[in-house]
Amino acid sequence: MPGAANGVFEMPKVTYLNAQEGIKSWLLTGDHKRIAILYLISISIFFALGGVFASLIRIELLTPGPELDAEMYNRAFTAHGIVMVFMFLIPAIPAVLGNFLLPIMIGARDLAFPKVNLLSWYLYMIGGLLTLTAMLMGGVDTGWTFYTPYSTTYSQSYVFLTGLGIFIMGFSSITTGLNFVITTHKMRAPGMTWSRLPLFVWSQYATSLVMLLGTPVIAITVVLLAAERVFGVGIFNPNLGGDPVLFQHLFWFYSHPAVYIMILPAMGVISELIAAFSRRRVFGYSFVAFSSLAIAIFGFLVWGHHLFVSGQSAYAGIIFSLLSFIVAIPSAVKVFNWTTTLYKGSISYETPMLYALAFIGLFAIGGLTGLFCAALGLDVHITDTYFIIAHFHYVMVGSTVIAYLGGIHYWWPKMTGRSYPEFWGKLSAMLIYVGFNLTFFPQFILGYLGMPRRYHVYPPEYQVLNILSTAGASVLAVGFLMPVFYLLWSLKYGPIAGPNPWGAKGLEWETASPPPTFNFDATPIVTQEAYAYDAEADEAAYQAALQQDKR
Amino acid sequence: MLWELPLMPQQASTIAHKVDALYLFLWGMTAFFTLLIFALILFFAVKYKRGKVADRSNPPDTDHKLEAVWIVVPLAISLMIFGWATAIFFEQVRPPADAVEYFATGKQWMWKFQSPEGKREVNELHVPKGRNIKVTATSEDVLHDLFFPAFRTKADVLPGRYTNVWFNATKAGTYHIFCAEYCGMQHSLMIGKVIVMEPNDYERWLASASSGTAGQAAAAGDETPAQAGERVFTQHGCQTCHQGSSGALGPALAGVPGSEVELQSGEKVKADDDYLRESILNSSAKIVKGYQAVMPNFKGQISEEDVMSLIAYIKAQK
Repeated sequence: MPGAANGVFEMPKVTYLNAQEGIKSWLLTGDHKRIAILYLISISIFFALGGVFASLIRIELLTPGPELDAEMYNRAFTAHGIVMVFMFLIPAIPAVLGNFLLPIMIGARDLAFPKVNLLSWYLYMIGGLLTLTAMLMGGVDTGWTFYTPYSTTYSQSYVFLTGLGIFIMGFSSITTGLNFVITTHKMRAPGMTWSRLPLFVWSQYATSLVMLLGTPVIAITVVLLAAERVFGVGIFNPNLGGDPVLFQHLFWFYSHPAVYIMILPAMGVISELIAAFSRRRVFGYSFVAFSSLAIAIFGFLVWGHHLFVSGQSAYAGIIFSLLSFIVAIPSAVKVFNWTTTLYKGSISYETPMLYALAFIGLFAIGGLTGLFCAALGLDVHITDTYFIIAHFHYVMVGSTVIAYLGGIHYWWPKMTGRSYPEFWGKLSAMLIYVGFNLTFFPQFILGYLGMPRRYHVYPPEYQVLNILSTAGASVLAVGFLMPVFYLLWSLKYGPIAGPNPWGAKGLEWETASPPPTFNFDATPIVTQEAYAYDAEADEAAYQAALQQDKR
Repeated sequence: MLWELPLMPQQASTIAHKVDALYLFLWGMTAFFTLLIFALILFFAVKYKRGKVADRSNPPDTDHKLEAVWIVVPLAISLMIFGWATAIFFEQVRPPADAVEYFATGKQWMWKFQSPEGKREVNELHVPKGRNIKVTATSEDVLHDLFFPAFRTKADVLPGRYTNVWFNATKAGTYHIFCAEYCGMQHSLMIGKVIVMEPNDYERWLASASSGTAGQAAAAGDETPAQAGERVFTQHGCQTCHQGSSGALGPALAGVPGSEVELQSGEKVKADDDYLRESILNSSAKIVKGYQAVMPNFKGQISEEDVMSLIAYIKAQK
C-alpha cells in the first residue's frame, strides 16, 4: 500500500520515549507525551476494572433470581458507574489523546503549563486511588448519581471517601481544561489560524470550556453532600429542612455537561479519522467546528431533562424538553457532514476507519434515541428503565469508547513508532461492533417493557432479552481484550511505522514517530488549511503504484 | 416462559396507546435516518473505495444550502415531536378534576395503599376499571418512584411532600407496580401489583374481605380517609383551637384547601396539600395573618398516613 511502506523506515534514535531513562524520569516528567502515556496506562487499568464490575452485573442479570446478594449487586453497579464515568470516560480522550496530540497538532513544543499538566495526573491518581480504597473497604451502594437523602442519611457505605476521590479528580479535569484553553490560545505555530485548526483541537477546546465551567459545580455539590452526611447540616434531607430535588439539579448541572465532556472529544477524533481515510477535507468544516461550541453552550441548559418525573415543575420540564431537542441539532449536523465527507473521497478501510464508520451508525442510534428521552410524554414511561441504560451506553460506549479505540489505533504508530497487525485490529473492531449491539439493543425493548434500572431480580418475562444482552457482553469483552494483546505485542515486534504510515495530513504526521521530546526540530510554519487532501491526486498516485506493481 | 419474547408491554390505560403511538413513530424515524445514513455510507464506501475508478474531480468543501436543509429539517421534526410529546405529558401530569383519590406511602421497601373507601393494602392496589384514579403519594424515608408500566406513567415519591400519578385503567387484569427510583438494598423487591377489576367485582371485593393487612385494619377498621382523619383530629385535640369560630386560637379550616391564604408576612400562598402538610408537621413555618405561632409542631408525632387522613378530613369539611 502506498504510504505504508513497511520495513523501509528506521526507528529514530532519540525520541520522547528514550530521551531520559528510569522510572523517576517518567514520574517527574513535564513532557505532555509522557504524561499522556501515564494516563493511558492508568486509564486502561481503570477501564478493565470497570469492565469487571460490568461483568458482575451481566452475570447477575442472566437469570431472574439472585446470584449475588442485593447488597453486593448494588455496590457492583455503583462501582461500575463511578469507575467508568469519573475514572475512564471523562479523562479518556482529553487526557490521553488530547494530551499527546494537542500541542503537536498546533505546532507547539508542549502545553502551556507542563508542571500543571503533571499535577493533573497526580490529582487524578490520588482521587482515583481514594475511590479505589473506598471500594476495597466495602464500596458504595448509592448508584453513581448519589441521590439524596439516601446518600446523605440512609446509606451505610463509604460515601464520604468516594466523594472525596471524585472531588479531587474534578480538579484534575479543571487543570487539564485550563491548560488546553491557554495552549490553544497562546501557543499556535505561525500560520496556524483558528480556521486552520484541526477539528480535534476545536473539540478539545469546546470540551475544556465545559470542564472549566462545569466541574466546580460538582465539587460544590460534593462538599454540600459531605456537609449534610458528616455534620448533619440540612441541605438535601427534608427532615433536616432540606430539599432532595435540589441535589438533583446541582448534580445534573455538572453531570449533563459531563456527557458532552465525554462525547465532544470523541467527535473530534472521528473528524480526523474520516478525513484521513477518505482523503478529503471534512465537509462543512466551520459547521462542524461551531457545532462543537453550540453543543458545549446548549449542553449547560438541558440538565432538567433528568428530572421530568422528579417532582420538578411541569413548566420547567417543558422548557428543558424544548432545549434538549435543540441541542440534538448540532449533533445531527455533524453526522450529515461526516457522511458527506465520503463523497468523492478515496476511501480505504484500515482499522481506525472501521471504528469511525461504526461510530457514525452507533452515534446516530444513540442520538436519535435521545429524542425519545427528551420527549416528555414518552420519557415519563421510559425514564429510570433499561431504555435509558441502552440510550446512554450507545452514546458512552458505542460512540465515546469506539472513538477512543479508533483514535488509539490511528495514533498508535505515532505514539510508539510501530504498527500493529491489521487483521487483528479489524477483527476486534468487528467483534466490538457486533457484541455492543447485541448487548445494548435488547435493553431498549427491555426498558420499554418496563424493567427498571438497578434491579438485581426481575420478573421472568424479561429473561430472554437479558440473556441476549449477557451473550452480547461476552462477545464485547473478547473484543475489548484483543487490542491489549496485539498492541502490547506490537511494542516489540510490530513493523516500524515511519512518520506518516497513513499518508495523512496534519502537523503530527510531519514529525518523527515517535516524536522527539520537543515535538519538532524547528517550529513549523503553517501555510495551508487542515485537511489539505487531494483525493483525486492521491487516487491517481495509488493507481500508478498499482500499475507499477503489476509490471 | 423462557422463550417468550415480548416487544411491547400490555396497554391497560387510556394513555397507553398514545404513548405507544409516539414511541413507534420515533422508532420509525430512527430507522429511517439510521438506514439513510447507512445507505449513504455504503454507497460512498463502494463507489469511492480506493483503487476504484470514479469521478473525484472538484470535490465540494461545503454547501450552505445543504447545511441549511439538515439544520432546518431535523429542527422541524424535533419541534413536531416536542409538541406531540408535550401534549401527552399534559395529560399525564394533570389529573382530571373528577379523579378519585387513593393514597400511597412508600418506605424502604414496601408500598402502602389506601382506597377512598378506606381499604388498606400493602404492595397490592385494587382499582375499578374505567374510572379516573389519582394516587397521591409520599415517602417515609428516601426517594421512591411509583411506576405503572402498563399505564405508561410514573412519578417520583418524595419525603416531605406530595406527588401524584393518575390513570384510567381500560382492561381488567393484574399488572406490575415497580419502584423506579433506586432506594437502597431491597430496591428491586419494592414491587407490587395493581389489580384492575370490573366495577361490580370491585364493589364486591370492597364489601367482602376486611382489609388486606390485618394489623393495621384492627386499628383503623375500614374507615374512609376522612373518617380516619376526624379520629386523628380529635385524638390530638385539634378542635380545641381550630373550632371554626372567629375568636379561636387557630384559623377555621373549612374551605381552606385550595384557597389562597394570607400569611403574617403579607405573602399569599395557595393552600395545596403540601401547604396543609407543612402546617401540621412544621406549623411555625407559615403563620396565617392574624394568628400567633402557638401551635406545636407535630413532626414525628403523626405518621404520614395519618397526615394524609387529616388532609382528607379538612377537605371534607364544608
